Amino acid sequence: MARSMTAEERRHKVKHHYTPGYIVWTIFKYFSLVFISFWMVIPLYSCVVTSFKTDTEYNSTNVMTPPSDWLNFSNFADAFSKANMGVAFRNSGIILVCVLAGSIIIGTQIAYVLNRFKFPGNGLIRNLFTFAALLPGIAMQVATYEIMNNLHFINHLYGYIILSMGTDVISIYIYIQYFENISVALDESAIIDGASYHTIYWRILLPMLRPAIVTCIILKGATTYNEYYNANLYLQDKQKLCTVATSLYTFTGPMGSRYNLICAGVIISMLPALVVFIIFQNSIYNGIAAGAVKG
Amino acid sequence: MANAGSPAKSRKSFREITQTRKFQRTAIIIGFTVIPLFLLFLFTYLPFGEMVGFSFFKMKYVGKRTFVGWNNYKSIFRRDDIFSSLILSLYYMAGAVIQIAVALYLATVLSMKVRFGKLFKAVIFFPYLINGIAMGFIFKFFYTHGFVLDTVLSWAGFNIDSLPYWLRDQRINNWALVYASFWRYVGQNMVLFIGAIMSIDPSLYEAAAIDGANKFQQFKYIILPGIQTIVTLNIILSITGSLSAFEGPYVITSGANGTGTYFVVMDRIAHTDQKVGLASAMAVFLLLIIFACTIAQKLIFKYAFRNAQTDDESYAARKQRRKAEKQAAKELKALKKAQKEAR
Repeated sequence: MARSMTAEERRHKVKHHYTPGYIVWTIFKYFSLVFISFWMVIPLYSCVVTSFKTDTEYNSTNVMTPPSDWLNFSNFADAFSKANMGVAFRNSGIILVCVLAGSIIIGTQIAYVLNRFKFPGNGLIRNLFTFAALLPGIAMQVATYEIMNNLHFINHLYGYIILSMGTDVISIYIYIQYFENISVALDESAIIDGASYHTIYWRILLPMLRPAIVTCIILKGATTYNEYYNANLYLQDKQKLCTVATSLYTFTGPMGSRYNLICAGVIISMLPALVVFIIFQNSIYNGIAAGAVKG
Repeated sequence: MANAGSPAKSRKSFREITQTRKFQRTAIIIGFTVIPLFLLFLFTYLPFGEMVGFSFFKMKYVGKRTFVGWNNYKSIFRRDDIFSSLILSLYYMAGAVIQIAVALYLATVLSMKVRFGKLFKAVIFFPYLINGIAMGFIFKFFYTHGFVLDTVLSWAGFNIDSLPYWLRDQRINNWALVYASFWRYVGQNMVLFIGAIMSIDPSLYEAAAIDGANKFQQFKYIILPGIQTIVTLNIILSITGSLSAFEGPYVITSGANGTGTYFVVMDRIAHTDQKVGLASAMAVFLLLIIFACTIAQKLIFKYAFRNAQTDDESYAARKQRRKAEKQAAKELKALKKAQKEAR
């Protein structure tokens, strides 16, 4: 981070001359940025505006007209109870905690072994994971469904949790990359002091991996929180086992045209992501850049 | 935790220590790999193997299975709905190329000094964090006749009655869906490219700026060569991404009115029609295409970018690249000088 900051500073030390070309470029630059941002925001803005409207207001005004009362939260309360979002947030919370904890432990352990030990099969295991990253999950769902069915994992939170923990290849790559930057001398000196491999992993390496773990929590957390295809397929009891993403399905039936209610539901489901995004902006950007290197 | 054969407590002979170390080593290798490998096998390789098997049968999830040989593969090419869904991916490929170009432009602009740069970046990136179902609702609302998009266009002077039904009109609905995917992913691409641009040696810009290179020249001679690897990678990934386009059409139109992409059609065949064998054959066929693309990508990187900035390039290679980049900057400088003198 520090390096890129200085890079930016140095890059702009040079004074600009206000040539016509420079002025045209500046105008074009800001125009394009505002134009693109406008189209990014419009779908969300219309959603926010609509979520504050009463039924009559929604039916009588244009979708882009601001609501008469910006403090009309009744749609939010309504959407929250109709879509069973209390249960949904609880389920999503349980799923997030379990999946993240599980995938951190599994991912760091396999990365530790693959990076620190040379043993026959090391290369093979790496290749197995790389190859797995190529297979799109949707393509395999036909057969995965049968396996989930045979294991009696369908309609149980733990089944879905284990499936989601499954193989998080990108996290494993990030951990391995990070391990490569931690000197082996550290392990060696600990071994001389009589520490076991377990102690080295839990007491020395795991704490040092913290930045990589934060990155993976953000990446994996976002995909887990937003995942709906498997949640819809494997958590079929929509009353008790809905997640935040699938609870929105409630609105597809008879309520499908009450967009003031739907928009309120959509915004409720986005709020956690928005809060996390505002707080952890930079780690998220770094995580995206790191996670996509091997993509 | 740390007890299995731990030599920490009592001093033993050297031989004994190595022996327990060896045991410990084996124990930790097995202990730490068995669960991940089991999960990998259970949810990736087992379904993969089963799927290849399914693809030769005519079968449902339950009931009798009959062996049909290559028939399922043949019907991929015979059935119109499947074949036309493959054609649809061309829309997504075109969209992906535009998306990469726009992301590249935005990344270049936002990695320079821009007022409210952080805000622009956040606004463009945020849609990436929205879940698929929410995106589906947002865009159904956005494209409904007389709603969001039509209102905005009416501000620009269009007559609402003359505007098409964005999701129903077959001439335009796939572009509408491609735009939804653009909206969601362009920010992610941009962040990726900004990361790559930030890792370029800043002294190159300095040298270029002193020589009076304008922004376009800086982009062409410094930024583009510095990030060509990641751009190429993304272009290749967008081919496989376009073939496996799923979320947008699945949540916005459910594949109606000729918007069913390959995976949407596959999902319908697998779950609504319960033709598991055919769906498996479709999946295997697409995986073969993806492998072909991946191998092509590996070959391209092996032969075209031998000196480029790869993730695992060695120190020597990096040094060489820096040297080449500096050389390029020098040449640029000389060129500029020559131009000035000519004037």
